[in-house]
Amino acid sequence: MIDMHVTLPGGLHPLTLNNPVMTASGTFGYGVEFTPYGDLTKLGGIVVKGLSLAPRRGNPMPRVAETPCGMLNAVGLQNDGVDYFVRTTLPKLPWREVPIVANLYACDPGEFGELAAVLAAEEGVAALEVNISCPNVKEGGVIFGQDPRQAAKVTEAVKMRAGSKPVIVKLSPNVTDIAHMARAVEDAGADVLSCINTLTGMGVDINTRKPLLANVVGGLSGPAIKPVALRCVWQVAKAVSIPVIGIGGITSAEDVLEFLLVGAHAVQVGTANFIRPDFVFRLVDELAALCERMGIEQWDDFRGTLKV
Amino acid sequence: MNTPACTDLTVLDLVPFGQTGGEARFFALRLERPQWADWKPGQFVMLRPAGWALDMLWARPFSICRISTRDLVIFFQVVGRGTARLAQLRTGDVVHVWGPLGNAFAMEPDTPTLMLAGGIGIAPFIGYAHTHPKPWNLWMDFGHRMPLGCYPFESINEKIMADSHHEEGPEDLSRFIETIGRRMREFRDQNGLVLACGPTPFLRTVRSFALEYGVRTQLSLETRMACGVGACLGCVCRTTEQWPDPAKAGGNVQTCTQGPVFWAEQVTFDDETAAPPTAADVPVQACER
Ligand SMILES: Cc1cc2nc3c(=O)[nH]c(=O)nc-3n(C[C@H](O)[C@H](O)[C@H](O)COP(=O)(O)OP(=O)(O)OC[C@H]3O[C@@H](n4cnc5c(N)ncnc54)[C@H](O)[C@@H]3O)c2cc1C
Ligand SMILES: Cc1cc2nc3c(=O)[nH]c(=O)nc-3n(C[C@H](O)[C@H](O)[C@H](O)COP(=O)(O)O)c2cc1C
Ligand code: FES
Repeated sequence: MIDMHVTLPGGLHPLTLNNPVMTASGTFGYGVEFTPYGDLTKLGGIVVKGLSLAPRRGNPMPRVAETPCGMLNAVGLQNDGVDYFVRTTLPKLPWREVPIVANLYACDPGEFGELAAVLAAEEGVAALEVNISCPNVKEGGVIFGQDPRQAAKVTEAVKMRAGSKPVIVKLSPNVTDIAHMARAVEDAGADVLSCINTLTGMGVDINTRKPLLANVVGGLSGPAIKPVALRCVWQVAKAVSIPVIGIGGITSAEDVLEFLLVGAHAVQVGTANFIRPDFVFRLVDELAALCERMGIEQWDDFRGTLKV
Repeated sequence: MNTPACTDLTVLDLVPFGQTGGEARFFALRLERPQWADWKPGQFVMLRPAGWALDMLWARPFSICRISTRDLVIFFQVVGRGTARLAQLRTGDVVHVWGPLGNAFAMEPDTPTLMLAGGIGIAPFIGYAHTHPKPWNLWMDFGHRMPLGCYPFESINEKIMADSHHEEGPEDLSRFIETIGRRMREFRDQNGLVLACGPTPFLRTVRSFALEYGVRTQLSLETRMACGVGACLGCVCRTTEQWPDPAKAGGNVQTCTQGPVFWAEQVTFDDETAAPPTAADVPVQACER
């Protein structure tokens, strides 16, 4: 029988997960929403909804639309703000039994640093994940994650204030060369990389002649993006020496192994949580069963063993 | 509030309603009874048939009409891809169901209560009428565009007093709106309670009357829902300064967990205009979404 635990090496304190299956930011609320549907401590880790310094109201409605094998969203980072999270939500989470990863969202590197400092002081936060798929308001709205220099700046700003917490940088797929981005943030001090965030997309209605989302464009997620995500993870894992967390369209235990095969240490499950709210809890069981069937006894024996 | 659960339930049967030839568009879906401790009228479930492939990821929200010792019943209208596929369910098929979700309509047995339903918005009132301890305190006005036989109106009318209003043209609609206004004033004069469920333009009208006449009114909102559990933030509605939690007043709250039932003065419809509604504001199709 396989020991499901995974350790993401690097940093001052390597991050140890109960198993490779985490939940992706923005698709699992703050975790507490799912307590009626499963035992949170069964999960590899929980990445909470993106947190900003001040509460944010988010984008106008409609914010989500179903698309073939996926969905579009432009929620606009509605969240309670980091103080509310730290004071009210975090104490309700079983953080001693399951790593809680805070997902950070800000509009400039300074703000990212401040956020990191607040979260670094929290015992209940196991790691920080930096969402760089957002615009740098002070630099004319360029997306941090699309400019290696900006991405590196944010990484440094967070790293500097993160204390001993491992810093995960979440890469955007909306770039020409994701391996290049990955190396830039690795050099800037990132401990772990996660990829991918959503792909930009849009949908329209020919009858109303309106876009499906009030924001017009949004992020595409779900099984539709899995091939893109696999390609990104494969390229990134080859390019860097820090661990990679694979994200994008995972809906089965087989999908999890696909991401490990191309080099991921762990994965995050996002849109699949909407298929049914107990989805990710069942996935953990299915993964153990699949490893048993396939005779996989150690993650190290399987990870990155793609034969090309 | 009762704790929700996610379970796999078997389809007992799917009964088309009031069809006069052509493709059926209204159905009562009976599922085997879930092992839930309790539920309240106004609450809803998310349904996703186990047989759906990954091309359609989301479940769909439906009001609970009834839960008996034998079954869970929902009532739905085919309006798009998902409901068209639900209409193909057969006895024995398995459906993932999570619920009971959301809050519920206020139930004050001794208060004269007016139920305003537009089209398929009649669904949650079936449970309300059937579980109310003093149904003689209830009255319903039901606006509909399709023939009455398409809707489970009879099952309500046998329990409580109700009027139906068939909308075939613009004059019918303005008459219906007038009726709603008059009835809401009557219930205000009796210190009554108003509950409304239907398409958004209909709810907007009811809300304006509620504020204008000062009658306690609850609205059951409809929004697109991806998760039903408060996680995706795709279903939010805008609160007003009257929202009880000052931190969320004037902000967005999840319809699935903070609602779907809201006090009329505590939420607002984004593009709402200040002017009172006229018949022209509410298209005839409004009551059918
Ligand atoms: C709390 C709640 C309770 C509901 N109860 C019932 C019920 O008892 N019976 C019933 O028939 N329907 C009910 N609905 C509406 C039902 O969920 C939608 O009709 C259904 O999701 C449409 O799915 P579709 O794939 O067929 O339509 P789609 O193909 O997704 O869309 C077709 C059309 O329907 C509109 N639409 C899609 N989803 C919704 C929605 N959730 N609300 C309003 N319009 C929507 C779209 O904008 C579009 O115009 C309820 C909705 C909510 C939020
Ligand atoms: C509704 C929704 C909200 C999201 N919110 C965030 C967020 O706040 N921060 C973030 O880094 N990613 C966010 N994401 C992206 C996901 O975490 C994930 O990277 C992406 O959806 C791809 O994975 P999936 O295909 O498994 O969903 C969101 C995705 C969705 C669908
Ligand atoms: S449907 Fe996802 S938050 Fe309400």
